[in-house]
Amino acid sequence: MGMKDIFKENTWSNNPIFIQILGICSTLAVTNKLTNTLIMTIGVMAVTAFSSLTVSALKSLIPHKVRMITQTLIIAFYVILVDILLKAWFPEVSKSLGPYVGLIITNCIIMGRAEAFAQSNTPLLSFWDGLTSGLGYMWVLMSIAFIRELLGFGTLFDVRVLPEGFVPWTIMVMAPSAFFILAMVLWIAKTFMNKEAA
Amino acid sequence: MSPDITPIALFVASIFTSNILLANFLGMCSFISISKDMTSASGLGLAVTVVLTITSAINYLVLQYVLIPLDIVYLRFIVFIIVIAAVVQMLEMIIDRISPALYMALGIFLPLITVNCAILGVALFIEIRHYTFIQSVVYGLGSGLGWWLAIVLLSAIRKKIEKAPVPAGLKGPGITLITIGFMAMAFIGFSGMVAVQ
Repeated sequence: MGMKDIFKENTWSNNPIFIQILGICSTLAVTNKLTNTLIMTIGVMAVTAFSSLTVSALKSLIPHKVRMITQTLIIAFYVILVDILLKAWFPEVSKSLGPYVGLIITNCIIMGRAEAFAQSNTPLLSFWDGLTSGLGYMWVLMSIAFIRELLGFGTLFDVRVLPEGFVPWTIMVMAPSAFFILAMVLWIAKTFMNKEAA
Repeated sequence: MSPDITPIALFVASIFTSNILLANFLGMCSFISISKDMTSASGLGLAVTVVLTITSAINYLVLQYVLIPLDIVYLRFIVFIIVIAAVVQMLEMIIDRISPALYMALGIFLPLITVNCAILGVALFIEIRHYTFIQSVVYGLGSGLGWWLAIVLLSAIRKKIEKAPVPAGLKGPGITLITIGFMAMAFIGFSGMVAVQ
């Protein structure tokens, strides 16, 4: 499989969110603001890419029996790095993300890519696979955040775009809307996919 | 400073108003994939509740008496996840010895709990909100029960949806997410009762 196929697979036809709704817990909670979502998904992307790279590079050294716990530790190592970097560079964002940065560890996509791809591919290809998986994840969550922030606050990236007279839709800031909008994005994507398949 | 909230209020809040799943989005993966059938949903809910209660207590003690004195709080992600994995592993062995019937019923769900983000999430909330020991245990138990309640309710609703005419693009996960959204809205109705923090 070439780099281009991997890209298409991970961002569209085999998008981790569309196919199995994997790993949304940690990110769905922060989709009411684009800035938070962007930083959170960049974190996920970086962790997926680098842990896939590391798992692939070490695959011949890790005994098969303990590979799960080793993968978890590798992922946790990168998440700690992301957490420390955020605290140092973006203390505000780090505060508003709360515990969700730490929860990147239990994001099933990362473990899934390590298991399904990195175990049997070269480090460079695994890095690319992890990066594009993160990208597929990012664009879906960013679309949700776009709708939620626009209608919930009337802003985009904290910049006011809707006129003063606009009454914010409070429901968009609250939890249920995250589920509704994700379902809508899924509906649209699935409809396109069904058409492609037909 | 630990927040000023009575254990009873915290207990009610963690089940209803700040339900770990519907308000904090934690434990979604297994929530969506296991909720097709009531029996397994309930089994997983029970297992999550037990593991959450035990790990909340242990993680609290580890944080207060090991990580903070040694000044290695930044290692908490790794330590918490190891504690969770160890508790799940031990519970598996204990249940297998004491009640093979329960072990058979829970069997496949126990290992899944290690990667359930609700468990790690509760540990991290406890740390961020500076709960006391009693508060931590109550919060862990309440969150577990809240998760259990939510998954049992969802599995009951999904039984009905199976027979409903759903648009092709919305089948499966799509309609399940919309259902969860409605459940979350219903749970917001409790929010006048107590607030957590």
